[in-house]
Amino acid sequence: MKRLHVNSMEPPSNRFLRDQTRRHFFGQCSLGLGSVALGQLLQPTHAAASSHQGPHFKPRAKNVIYLFMAGGPSQLELLDYKPKLEEWNGQRIPDSYLDGRRFAFMNSSFKERSTLLGTRRRFQQHGQSGIWFSELLPHTARLADEMTVVKSCATNLFNHAPAKLFMNTGSGQFGRPSIGSWVTYGIGSECDNLPGFVVLQSGPRGPRGGAVNWGSGFLPTTYQGVPLRGQGDPILNLSTPQRVSNRSQQHVINTVNQLNRRHLGITRDPEIATRIAAYEMAFRMQTSAPDLIDLSNESPETMKLYGVQRDQPSYARNCLLARRLVERGVRFVQLYHTNWDSHGGPGETLEGDFENVCHQIDRASAALVIDLKKRGLLDDTLVIWGGEFGRTPMGENRKTTGRNHHIDAFSMWFAGGGVKKGYVLGETDELGFEPVHQRAHVHDLHATLLHQLGLDHEALTFRFQGRDFRLTDVHGKVLHDLLS
Amino acid sequence: MIRSFRHPYPVDQAKPLVRWLTYLTWLFPILISGQEYQSDIKPLFKSHCYRCHAGDQAKSGYRLDTAIKAIAGGDRGPAIIPGNAAASLISQALRGTHPQLSPMPYRDKALSPPAIESIEAWINAGAPHPDNEIPDPHIHWAFRPLTRPILPEIDPRTVIENPIDLLVRSRIETSELIPSPPAKPEILIRRLYLDLLGLLPSPQEIDDYLGDYSSNATERLIDRLLSSPHFGERWGRHWLDLARYADSNGYSIDAPRSIWRYRDYVINAINLNLPFNQFVTEQLAGDLLAEPTTDQLIATGFHRNTQINQEGGIDKEQFRIESVVDRVATTGTAFLGLTIACAQCHDHKFDPITQREYYQFFAFFNNQEEPTLNTPMPGERAAQQRHQDAIIRLERAIKESESKIQERIFDWEKFLSERDLQDLPRTYRLILTKPRELRSTEESQQLFEHFREENQSYQALKKERAELGRKRPRLTHTMILRERKSKRTTHIHIKGDFTRQGEPVFPGTPRALNPFPGHEDATRLDLAHWLTSNQNPLLARVTVNRIWQQYFGRGIVETENDFGTQGSPPSHPHLLDWLAVELIENGWNLKALHKKILMSQTYQQSSRLTPKLAAKDPDNRLFARQSRMRLESEIIRDVALSAAGLLSHQMGGPGVHPPQPEGVMGLGQVQRRWQADSGENRFRRGLYTFFFRATPHPALTVFDSPDAFSACSRRIRSNTPLQALTLLNDPAFFEIAQRLALRIIELDCTNDADRIREAFRLCLSRYPTRAETRDLLNALQPDHAGSPLPPEAKGLLLARILLNLDETIARE
Repeated sequence: MKRLHVNSMEPPSNRFLRDQTRRHFFGQCSLGLGSVALGQLLQPTHAAASSHQGPHFKPRAKNVIYLFMAGGPSQLELLDYKPKLEEWNGQRIPDSYLDGRRFAFMNSSFKERSTLLGTRRRFQQHGQSGIWFSELLPHTARLADEMTVVKSCATNLFNHAPAKLFMNTGSGQFGRPSIGSWVTYGIGSECDNLPGFVVLQSGPRGPRGGAVNWGSGFLPTTYQGVPLRGQGDPILNLSTPQRVSNRSQQHVINTVNQLNRRHLGITRDPEIATRIAAYEMAFRMQTSAPDLIDLSNESPETMKLYGVQRDQPSYARNCLLARRLVERGVRFVQLYHTNWDSHGGPGETLEGDFENVCHQIDRASAALVIDLKKRGLLDDTLVIWGGEFGRTPMGENRKTTGRNHHIDAFSMWFAGGGVKKGYVLGETDELGFEPVHQRAHVHDLHATLLHQLGLDHEALTFRFQGRDFRLTDVHGKVLHDLLS
Repeated sequence: MIRSFRHPYPVDQAKPLVRWLTYLTWLFPILISGQEYQSDIKPLFKSHCYRCHAGDQAKSGYRLDTAIKAIAGGDRGPAIIPGNAAASLISQALRGTHPQLSPMPYRDKALSPPAIESIEAWINAGAPHPDNEIPDPHIHWAFRPLTRPILPEIDPRTVIENPIDLLVRSRIETSELIPSPPAKPEILIRRLYLDLLGLLPSPQEIDDYLGDYSSNATERLIDRLLSSPHFGERWGRHWLDLARYADSNGYSIDAPRSIWRYRDYVINAINLNLPFNQFVTEQLAGDLLAEPTTDQLIATGFHRNTQINQEGGIDKEQFRIESVVDRVATTGTAFLGLTIACAQCHDHKFDPITQREYYQFFAFFNNQEEPTLNTPMPGERAAQQRHQDAIIRLERAIKESESKIQERIFDWEKFLSERDLQDLPRTYRLILTKPRELRSTEESQQLFEHFREENQSYQALKKERAELGRKRPRLTHTMILRERKSKRTTHIHIKGDFTRQGEPVFPGTPRALNPFPGHEDATRLDLAHWLTSNQNPLLARVTVNRIWQQYFGRGIVETENDFGTQGSPPSHPHLLDWLAVELIENGWNLKALHKKILMSQTYQQSSRLTPKLAAKDPDNRLFARQSRMRLESEIIRDVALSAAGLLSHQMGGPGVHPPQPEGVMGLGQVQRRWQADSGENRFRRGLYTFFFRATPHPALTVFDSPDAFSACSRRIRSNTPLQALTLLNDPAFFEIAQRLALRIIELDCTNDADRIREAFRLCLSRYPTRAETRDLLNALQPDHAGSPLPPEAKGLLLARILLNLDETIARE
């Protein structure tokens, strides 16, 4: 496709993002391909074929909306009902549960001080499926028959930044591509006027680790998540400088592209064709992004459903924007909401603060699923809700009693995108320490997510520093039980 | 001697005539052919064929590392018919007469006619060979010792003096391509300025060069640029990519750190042309040198560029290990071009590095402390002394003031009236009514303190003292590495898990590489000596390859970070080795090597992609043209600043804060402040921009600045709409455009066309073509009914267009 541009000197098509991978093969990144493979790609027959790695097979979902609950929500207060833990409230932890485990903030007095903590929240079964939800998620609970709750999630790392990276990139080390980058690298995006991977944030502070959570690592920056900002320009440097009129801006872009085209004719460097396409897309983004965040044509019912205050940054507004992004063909949308770090103590109590954060997300998360369904988008959109780890069955005594980080068992929920409806995957032991059934490790969740998008997690690779890297490293199995 | 030869075919089964003939050859092989396998034939196979047809490398299933295998052939059947060279595949391949087989050696210069004839003579003599031949132990090409390659002979009519050109052209000659013509002088001068300094030549400098018709004009230009202090900035930045340099601690807290003295050390060392082996040694083990200088201590900051996790509740040992892992990986990438890191959890899948060897390497980096070194800048100590003196003076004054107050209490008491007493708080009244001798020490003290509180001049002194205490000037300091006194024993970590310790190991290096004269207490200095020893072929190969990569966009070894068996072999093995030998024999003189490359016709040729080049060599593997490359993030800004005449040439010092859009810092967990500098620091070169790992300056990341989490040996060059938005709309770039507009308006030109020509040249170092001028003139025309644009509007329009051109941010 690209070579056609060069030869025919036609203005590049709008399929900018689709071309990206191809350009990437031709342009700067032959490090991923041996000369033989590159030679093959240059054959005309291959040039017409899809430029992306995947899909490897028929996808079940087209888009992903990932609601990332940053800080690690307590599954024991929300989704994993443990009556036995209430019974054992205040008792010492049986040694058999502690051996060989590592916890954050662990010190010698840890074993003595901490005792089991039963939840004070009331739990109830909901829907035909009878899934348990606590009173803190009344709206989500109503979707019991739409979703799968996974109670047996497990991860490797118990500090926030590494654990969040691990959940996003499959590694606790900085510098690996995030899920959204892998996905857009694998199958591109269907949107030609917005980035294929968009990130939204809400809550009192940014997620730990910051931008690396949606970074493209060693993949080209084309695939990194683009933060949609709550205030100011929705995309960094989106608006034309104040003293420049739109006409003048268009004038600049037209002339730049005109001169670039001339220079392309002389140098024949395909990078210039990509540059021209990039300027065209940038110009389209200048219109499409403000249009995206303009909620004036959303009905009052929709606004109420989500609980959005017009023009007020919030998790609810981000949920509505997520739907609008998916509607426009954006492949991967990720929302971050802080702060779920309920250690106990000021700002992080398992009482008022926890109730607040639940309240901030419950209605809108549910509204998103309902709205997607109403618009016929839910079948194609995989919605994921969860944090980087869970919380311990024992209490942590700070100013008030909270819970510590727990990596062996926590809960997430999935809806749409070919996931079973009204189903619970996995189960933890009666105190909630660890899965006893259908363990769903982060690598398995990644493999499953890619699978739903038509990507084989073992085949989606990128060669870097002499190694073929994967999102799932050398692990991961698709959780077929989760899928309908 | 004859007995040691065995005929490949059982003689008895052959036809009588053949039997007779072969019997004869068996008896008198050397007499007949005059060629002896071991001394005449095998060396030819070795130097021309082994690269693809020996050991594990058996292209088409064919190996020639023993005569028996060479005869037996590969996927295409027998390659040698003893006694019949004409019918032998190998001869046809060497002569290029076979209808299907590519001429051999594949894509390389053909063997000389005498060499082919001697192989054929040997075959015709029945290909006699020893029957107990064992293949040479296969040594991966990158690990083989360095030898200065023999330069190829090429057509004597072409005048080629630079061995680089000889080596590149001999390869081009085997293709249907010819080298590209020299780049136009105005392109060449811009290329040299950008490659060596990262700055644009001024119009005057271009004029001077274009007007200089002496034969050594280009050489003098190169010499001048190589000795410019900005050369160290430009090439220092490449090294800082490898060193994963940043100004913050990384992970989630990402607090600022002070290690810019290391950055300045790198720039300085490159400008001083410090021999590269010394540069490496100082960075790995400067602290272990005899009586290390301050600079040598600062140099150890190389391995302090690891992240530090300051999150609460972490396992300190886990993150110490992470740092060591990073140091091992970076050492492997930077100095050996090997992916040693792959052996952290298991033996390396492809390269000869065992897990045990990984932890032996690890052991070098497992015994360090991480102190901070005060490295006062001129005047800082004096300032601290002045401050100290001021404190002493003040404290003396305070003492004096106190004794004065004491005296005054006595005086005042003498004249105390009843009325005065009434005005005092009760406590003091009671004390004062007592005779002085009867007052307790405490009471006297209480009284004294009361009067002191009331005394204004005393209070002023106290306040001044407190302020001075807060304002103590800090000495500039930098993070360094130092050997630990009590040694840790290093263990193998089972499956890479530091909580699962296996056997203990001592420091050492992989056995597949040059021998390490190691002992149990070997240190980083021993490691540095081993790395820089002439026995280690990797350091020189990896280094020259990276330099080549900077100049041509692709290394001679394309996988510049993997010289192992999974990496790609060199496209020009002789060129790689020639450059490497040159570097070592010149005493690791980098500038001399740069000059050798820059003076070559290969470097100075045009980067135009002709249809033929695009078809035959789209990836520029033959270097039959230069490469056109987008500039790096820092240089894009430097170029804009230098076009606008804004760039500050000040070098070194703490990181600076050019403007950046609001809200960027809010993306991290901890909100860091970013107060944009005013004055000169606002327009410093991009490499001085303060680099927060968690929230780097967006104009850097959008143009693929490395993330500083691990060693980066090659930057990606992406091409995205966000880059377009940055150049078009970013307030900092817009500010530069406005200043360029002013410069354009002030150009001494009488009409728009002239102004366009000069403005164009400010950014692109060349004059526009007629068509380009016309496009720009059109852009300055008002639309249908509009009135003519005012000069300011024209200037801004022109400035913005020019700064956004692909050519402006490219190096042709």
